[in-house]
Amino acid sequence: MDTQTRRRFLLTSGVVGAGALAAGAGAYRLRDLLDTAGDRDPQARTLVLVTLYGGNDGLNTVIPYGDPAYRAARPELAYPDGEVRRLDDGFGLNPALAGLHQRWSAGGLAIVRGVGYPKPDRSHFRSMDIWHTAQPDRPGNTGWLGRWLDQAGGDPRLAVSFEPALPPLLAGERSAGAAVPVSDRKATKGLPAETLTALAAAEAGESAARGRAAACFADLRSVDEMIREVRDSADPATADPDGEQAPATATGGARTPLDAQLDLVAQCVEAGVSTRAFSVSLGGFDTHADEKQLQAVLLGQLDRALTGFADRMSRTEAGRKVVVAVYSEFGRRVRANASDGTDHGTASDLLLLGAGVRGGWHGDAPSLTDLDDGDLKYTTDFRDVYATLLEQVLGTDPGPVLADWKGRVDGLF
Amino acid sequence: MAHLLRRATFGPTADEVDAAERAGPAATLDNLLTPARTDRGAAATPPPVLAADPYAELTGESTREQRQQANAERRKQVQQVTAWWLDRMVAAEDGLTEKLLFFWHGHWATSVQKVKSARMMQGQLETLRRHGRGPLRPLVAAMVRDPALIVWLDGQKNTRKAPNENLARELMELFTLGIGTYTEADVKAGARALTGWVVDRRTGAARFEARRHDPGEKTILGQSGRFDAEAYAGLLAAQPAATTFVAGRLWFRYAGNDVPAPQGLAGPDTIATLRAIFSSPAFAQTRGTLVKQPVEWLVGALRQLGIRPSALPEQQHKQLLAGLNALDQVPLRPPSVGGWPAGAAWLTTSSLQARLRTAEMLAAATAPAVLARLTAAPTAGRPDALARLLVVDGWSARTRAALTPLAGEPRKLLAAGLVSPEYTVS
Repeated sequence: MDTQTRRRFLLTSGVVGAGALAAGAGAYRLRDLLDTAGDRDPQARTLVLVTLYGGNDGLNTVIPYGDPAYRAARPELAYPDGEVRRLDDGFGLNPALAGLHQRWSAGGLAIVRGVGYPKPDRSHFRSMDIWHTAQPDRPGNTGWLGRWLDQAGGDPRLAVSFEPALPPLLAGERSAGAAVPVSDRKATKGLPAETLTALAAAEAGESAARGRAAACFADLRSVDEMIREVRDSADPATADPDGEQAPATATGGARTPLDAQLDLVAQCVEAGVSTRAFSVSLGGFDTHADEKQLQAVLLGQLDRALTGFADRMSRTEAGRKVVVAVYSEFGRRVRANASDGTDHGTASDLLLLGAGVRGGWHGDAPSLTDLDDGDLKYTTDFRDVYATLLEQVLGTDPGPVLADWKGRVDGLF
Repeated sequence: MAHLLRRATFGPTADEVDAAERAGPAATLDNLLTPARTDRGAAATPPPVLAADPYAELTGESTREQRQQANAERRKQVQQVTAWWLDRMVAAEDGLTEKLLFFWHGHWATSVQKVKSARMMQGQLETLRRHGRGPLRPLVAAMVRDPALIVWLDGQKNTRKAPNENLARELMELFTLGIGTYTEADVKAGARALTGWVVDRRTGAARFEARRHDPGEKTILGQSGRFDAEAYAGLLAAQPAATTFVAGRLWFRYAGNDVPAPQGLAGPDTIATLRAIFSSPAFAQTRGTLVKQPVEWLVGALRQLGIRPSALPEQQHKQLLAGLNALDQVPLRPPSVGGWPAGAAWLTTSSLQARLRTAEMLAAATAPAVLARLTAAPTAGRPDALARLLVVDGWSARTRAALTPLAGEPRKLLAAGLVSPEYTVS
């Protein structure tokens, strides 16, 4: 197994193949790009990808309460029939997902069943790498949206994350998305603009990392301009100085609350910026013990943030072009581990809402009894979902991004 | 020589580089790896003696106010330890040992956000300091019984009746062997070996409870036996994969990612491995390619500018820690058990803004005596004086063009030097 590649990707992360670094050194210059907000095709859709770090327990999110095997496998952890928010006679949502349940009833929530990939890996990091790169056999060092960005011209403003370090999924071969801070910090008054401009220049023969460091000065100017135009005077996230609001997690995820990240996405969308893909995240799902309450708290946050965002998006023309997709690196084992938790598993459900999404069930639910070493067998390859999103939301041929992957989720839009 | 000092320590001062030049390469390496004299800087910054764990007093009957007060007290203790550690990094003369401790902290990445105990975090740092320079086996054996790590990875929930795989998995994947060198069955058996350890919050100590331990036979990595935590740690540390993996991690942090790690770096102990890394011809080729982690960047600047965090006014001290927070690297709070990112992940527009703000604050706090080293040079020579002060080998034409107009404003010149690509990437 290629340990170095994995570690390199995970820890070097954020970015990026050597190619992207070299590109940062001068193949494109952002300050030369005009603000593209006006150039946006008003019909173009926007993708908001929500990553749940830590392996969300899918069977207690979309609950197969009608299947006796569910309760048999996790007696303490299972939700009683009365508490489940019914979707149909077989399945229901976690009680914490009240808002999403309403959306389902109105036909606005799609659930793709049993999404996974062959030969599942139970390491958080490896599996997240696989989801980020869309390369299950051998995760490389580019992310799937990063490769899309390469195809789309490489302007970092097209793919934005509101996390301080860039998530690997936004790292391309030749370009990388922009990491934009959520809390609005005062613009630097100290150094003159001429100094910052001068430091942005590429220098021949310099290392890729130094080239990237210089390119940041150029990126800063363009991204800053874009964000300044859309930001309310109020600071969307008055960050907790101790970072204690966010639940502690051993597996990452943004420290900024999800609702604050989505709030900024909403502002950007309403202002008609050029960004086509936003990456936001919620961490803390790495529960192994006393899982039920912890997961319910997190799902409650997710539910409030998603439904608040979706409601707001439904009120504007631009907002009605937004598609939200929610996933985690894996689900959990069917059987509880008896410290009232579950250990790392495999396939899970993926949630979609927003523009043109056809609500309801998509794909087949995995069996709770025909298992692969205690785990669900996946029924939909995650690349089917990615390919569909690339085609339907980003309006791109998925071929070059996903190694000519042919599968699609039919009827999702 | 400057390259060696920049990587082996948090950031050398010009005087330290001069002294190393006088001593020569061989003696400099020896002095770094095994300092002859005691560290006066470390002696002058003893770790804080913390009051009892504020949570220990809480019971099921405690009121909401009592809980809030315990929370506030705990937060204060965490800030106390964080501030102390930052100050120690700046004050220590034995820069190699201090930076190595930070390496191990990022390797066994444990966050106080879940551990919620300053004492346990302090205890883990002491353990890493005690064993960090030596061979792998005592380090791993101590860490599988480390209270903070046990809490962080749910070790106290791992019992004979209900094995919890979290600690066993990360122990092999992230701390010792690397992914792909063990099977899922090894994880399950390893978890059984680690059963029985619980943490007493009152004393902050880990304790073995025999009735929770699974004493049965286990097969781990092809070896069968009645493994307990210590025997399992010994088995892991004895794997050739473990020494190679850890040497690779050291190379990754000290030499970077651009030049692959040469074969045969792993020595009998960490100091020997570091000697092999710093002596390797490939190490010299990595100059100018390693992105400084925010803590490395900040502590190096503090040392070079003669700023002691503990001596700053409260407001500036707060700004300093806020700067690390904005840069997303606060000691004791790694983002995940995988540790902090590396390389270009730190080079984002978001981090640049934070670096700009922090650099201005540092420039404002710089002592007049240090500033005088810049202003003593004629205006045209100040960019070179800045390079000497910040131990940068030289400025590119780009950066020189950016610095030259600032030569008449020394504090701005300093701030620009601190955010320059040459200083950010060492």
